[in-house]
Amino acid sequence: MAKRTVKQNTKLKFDTAWQYSAAPETPDHIVLADKYDLFINGKFVAPQSKKYFDTINPAKETRIASVAEASQADVDAAVKAARTAYDKVWSKMPARERGKYIYRIARIMQERARELAIIESLDGGKPIRESRDIDVPLAAAHFFYYAGWADKLDYALPGMAARPLGVAGQIIPWNFPILMAAWKIAPALACGNTVVLKPAETTPLTALKLAEIFRDADLPPGVVNIVTGAGATGASIVNHPGIDKVAFTGSTDVGKIIQKALAGTTKKYTLELGGKAANIIFEDAAIDQAIEGIVNGIFFNQGHVCCAGSRLFVQESVANEVVRKLKDRMETLIIGDPLDKNTDIGAINSREQLNKIKALVKVGVNEGGDCYQSSCTLPSKGFWFKPTIFTGVAQSSRIVQEEIFGPVLSIQTFRTVEEAVEKANNTPYGLSGGVWSDKGSKVFKVTSKIKAGVLWANTYNKFDPTSPFGGFKESGMGREGGMHGLSAYLK
Amino acid sequence: METKQKEKIKKVAVGLNGHSHHAETEVRLAVQKTYKLYIDGKFPRTESGRYYKLNDKNGKVIANICRASRKDFRDAVVVARKAQGEWQKKSAFNRSQILYRIAETLETRRQQFVSTLGLQSVSDAAAQKEVSAAVDMLVYYAGWCDKYQQVFSCVNPVESSHFNFSFPEPTGVVSAIASQQLGLLNLVSLMAPALAGGNSIIILAAEKFPLTAIDFAEVLNASDVPGGVVNILTGFSNELHTHFSSHMDVNAIVYADNNSAALKTIQTNAASNVKRVVVVQHVAEESPYRIMELQEVKTTWHPVGI
Repeated sequence: MAKRTVKQNTKLKFDTAWQYSAAPETPDHIVLADKYDLFINGKFVAPQSKKYFDTINPAKETRIASVAEASQADVDAAVKAARTAYDKVWSKMPARERGKYIYRIARIMQERARELAIIESLDGGKPIRESRDIDVPLAAAHFFYYAGWADKLDYALPGMAARPLGVAGQIIPWNFPILMAAWKIAPALACGNTVVLKPAETTPLTALKLAEIFRDADLPPGVVNIVTGAGATGASIVNHPGIDKVAFTGSTDVGKIIQKALAGTTKKYTLELGGKAANIIFEDAAIDQAIEGIVNGIFFNQGHVCCAGSRLFVQESVANEVVRKLKDRMETLIIGDPLDKNTDIGAINSREQLNKIKALVKVGVNEGGDCYQSSCTLPSKGFWFKPTIFTGVAQSSRIVQEEIFGPVLSIQTFRTVEEAVEKANNTPYGLSGGVWSDKGSKVFKVTSKIKAGVLWANTYNKFDPTSPFGGFKESGMGREGGMHGLSAYLK
Repeated sequence: METKQKEKIKKVAVGLNGHSHHAETEVRLAVQKTYKLYIDGKFPRTESGRYYKLNDKNGKVIANICRASRKDFRDAVVVARKAQGEWQKKSAFNRSQILYRIAETLETRRQQFVSTLGLQSVSDAAAQKEVSAAVDMLVYYAGWCDKYQQVFSCVNPVESSHFNFSFPEPTGVVSAIASQQLGLLNLVSLMAPALAGGNSIIILAAEKFPLTAIDFAEVLNASDVPGGVVNILTGFSNELHTHFSSHMDVNAIVYADNNSAALKTIQTNAASNVKRVVVVQHVAEESPYRIMELQEVKTTWHPVGI
C-alpha cells in the first residue's frame, strides 16, 4: 500500500522536461494531379455525370484536388468492365498467376510507401507517424498475405470446392482509406473475384493512387475499378443487379440500410460496422502500460476507429490513480500538423465529423458528465478536437451508448469481474474489447465472456493481415483478414 | 351384427389421435393428447387461447393445435436468452452427449413417430425413412460438437510478438421457421446444427406437421436438453415470421420454407438489429458449414514476453 501512495504522488512531466522541434515530412516529391477521373476498365475516364467535387486537407481547409463524382451510368460502366474482366480473364487465369499480380501490387505499394503515407495524411488528417508506420505498411502486407492464398484456396474451406462469387461491390470509409481498400481488394482478387470499389468522398486520393499502381502492375483492365463519389454512388453499387457481393465498412446506420436494400436479392454481403468497445482495467494490471493502452485505444487516429476503446472501465480500487495518470499522459500528447513526425493526434477528418463530435460532447456535459480536456492549443485553421475524457457518466448516458468516432472517452468504474462483463456487454455493438490484468486466467475468463469479434489482452488496436477482424451483434457480420477473411469471397 | 358392434368399439378405442391400436376388444375410450407448445422445458397452451384444427385426410379433426401468438414467441425469446449462456458454457463433450441422447430417445420412440407421421398423411415407408434420417442426423451433429472448433479455428502468425488465435463462438439466440415439406427431419435439421454450436433456438413448426413437432418436444424433454435451449411453437408462419425476424433480442434467423415474399420480409426486418439470415434450401443437407452459419469468429491477442 505504501508503495502505491508513493506512486500516486509521482507526476510524469514530459512536456516541461524538453520541447520538440517541428519535424515535418516534406510533401514536395509527391505528385498529385489537380483533377482525378474515374478508374474504369484500366483507364482513367471522365465521369459521364461531368461532375467533380473537391477533396480538402482537413488540417488546413485547403483544396487538394477535384475528384469525379460517379453517376449511375458510370457505375454501370464499372460493373460491366468488372463482369467482362471476370468472365473473360480473371476467373480463367491460373490461380498462381493471379497471385503473382497481387504480389506485384504489394511490392509497388512498398516502393511508393512514403508517397502514399504523405497523401494519406494530407487527405485524411491522420498523423504521418500512423500512416507511415501502420496504414501503408499494413495495406501492402495485406496484399502480400492474400497473394499467397490465391493458389491454396482448397485448404481454406475444408471439404468444399471453393469458387469465386463474381463481381464484388465494395464501399469503404474515410478513417483508414488505403488500408480499408487493401482489406477489401486483396482477398477479393485472391479468391478470383473482380471489384468495383468506392472510396469515401473525403478521402479518395490514396485509392486513386492505388489505381495507378494497378495500372503500373499491368493488372488486366476491369479487374479493379475505382469509382469516386458520395452516398448516391454507393447506393448505385449496392443496388446494381450486376453485383454478386457487397462488402461494406462504415456506420451501423448505413449498414442496416444496406442490409435492408439487399433483402429479396441473392447478393452476398459482409458488413463491418460501428463499435463502442469496452477497455477494462483490473486492479492487478500493470497500470502504466494500461495507461498507454487507454491512450492508444481512444486517441489512435483521432478516435476515428470503429474498434476504438471508447468506454473505459476501471476497477474502483485503482480508479483515482488511473484517471490521474491518464490526465497526466494526455498533457503530453502533441496535437497538430499531421505531417509532423512528432504529432500524436492529427486533424478531425471533416467539418461534418467535427460537428458530430462537438454535438455529442455537449450532450455529455448536459447529461451531467464531468468533462476533462487536455490543455493543448489547437491550430487556428482546420478541424481539431482536444483529447477528451468524461467521468461521472452512467450506462444510460448517450456518450456511453453511442459511437462518437472521435477522441472522446467515457470512464466508468466497477467492483467485480461479473459487473465489468455485464457492463461491457450492455451495448448493441460487439466489435472489440480490451482487458488489462497480470493474471492470465482472469484475462482469458473475461475475453471469453465479452461478446465481440476482437479481444486485446494487455494491448490494444493491434492489426495484422493474418488476424481476422469483424463484429458480433450490430457491429456487423463476416470477417476480414486471415483465413476466415477468405470465406467472404468464396462460395 | 357382431362384426358391426366390434367396429364401433374399435373406432372409439382408437380415438381421435389414433395412438391406441391394441385396444380392439376392450370397451374403453382412448385418452387423447392435448397438443401444447414447448417453452422453457414446459408445455403451456398458447397464452392467446387461439387454435387451429388439424384434420386427417378424411377431413376429420385430429387435434386442436395451439396457434402461437407474438407473446408466446416473446416469452420463448426471454427463456432462450437465459438458457443460451448456460448451454454455451457446457463442455463440448457434454453437448455432444446430449445430442446423442436425443438420438437414442428418438430411436426408441420410432413407432410413435411413424404412426404420428402417418396421421399427418405420410406413408409408412416414408415415415420410417424420415425417422431414420432424423436419428442419423442427430448422431452426425452430436459428433461435430467437439470438432468443428478444431477445424475452423486457428492460431494466426502475426508479425508482432503476440499469441493470436481465432475461435468460433455461438451467435446466440436463433429463431427458425421450419420447412413445410417434412414433419420431423425439418425440425432436426434446424435444431441440431444450432445446438451443436452452443446456440439456443425457437422453432416454428410446419403448420401441416404440428403433432410430430410436439411429440419431438417430449423427446427433447426426456433427453437432458436444458429447458429453454429448444423452444417449439406451432402456428401460422405468415403471421409469425414478421415477429421472428424483427425481435431485437434474436441474433439470427434460419428460414427453411420457400415463400419468397416471406423471405424478403424476413431479410428486411433482420436489418433492424443486423440479424444473420440463413436460408436452408436442402433440409437433408448435413455439413459443418451449417454449424458455422450460426457462429461468430472471435480473435484474441495476447502479448508474448516477460
